[in-house]
Amino acid sequence: MQRQVALIKQSLFDQGYLDEQFIELEELQDDANPNFVEEVATLYFKDSARLISNIEQALERGSFDFNRLDNYMHQFKGSSTSIGASKVKTECTMFREYCRVGNAEGFLTIPYLRRVQMFEDFQATEERARNVEKEA
Amino acid sequence: MAGEVPNLEASKLTALVVDDNFVNQSVHHKLLDRLGIKNDVVSNGQEAVDVHCSGRNYDLILMDMDMPIMNGIQATRRLREMGIESKIAGVTTRAEEEEVKEFMEAGLNDFQEKPLTISKLVSILHNLELYVQT
Repeated sequence: MQRQVALIKQSLFDQGYLDEQFIELEELQDDANPNFVEEVATLYFKDSARLISNIEQALERGSFDFNRLDNYMHQFKGSSTSIGASKVKTECTMFREYCRVGNAEGFLTIPYLRRVQMFEDFQATEERARNVEKEA
Repeated sequence: MAGEVPNLEASKLTALVVDDNFVNQSVHHKLLDRLGIKNDVVSNGQEAVDVHCSGRNYDLILMDMDMPIMNGIQATRRLREMGIESKIAGVTTRAEEEEVKEFMEAGLNDFQEKPLTISKLVSILHNLELYVQT
């Protein structure tokens, strides 16, 4: 069982879902805070769900407030960086580049794909991390 | 992560975490805890100013740059205007030269790029002469 957890975790790193920041967080876990990683991860998922929801709404509205979108992305990137969610962080960076360009025409097609990719990466990260927690 | 984590509890250092992001707040708070540094957490520059107005003082302030209501640059300037001489370390994901320069000029003593880690924190403490390795 332990070996399985270790393998799942290793694959998360190998596939670039998590980076060394996640290890840093694991090392902060101790007897005084035995559930630290789980608590921070839960906080991250809640926060991210809120941000993604805001982003979705902003995009659905049709008129693109690039500053607002950029703001949400910045927050999302910030927490992803702190927890070590590497792929999500990369997606946020790319998305922000499109916001920076502020080109409505180009923005309409590409960000949808980026958005889907970002959400998929996020869901994958969340699912795998939760599986790791469940096994542990 | 190699090496031992220093315990600075005996030094009685205190710190203030200023960051609007809940995940960052949690991580930075725990990093400081792990080093034995008692710390408070606020969510933006205005709260950082308010907490000082109420008479609190800290050895170290970890200041994020982008925050609503009052950002890190404004808050740093304001605290310096108020005569606060605590060491302020800017912590942010932004690392472009111009932005770092503006942040430093607002009154920072040090700067670190996120994500924060134990070794980056120790580095800050060392740079600010709050911790001397024996």
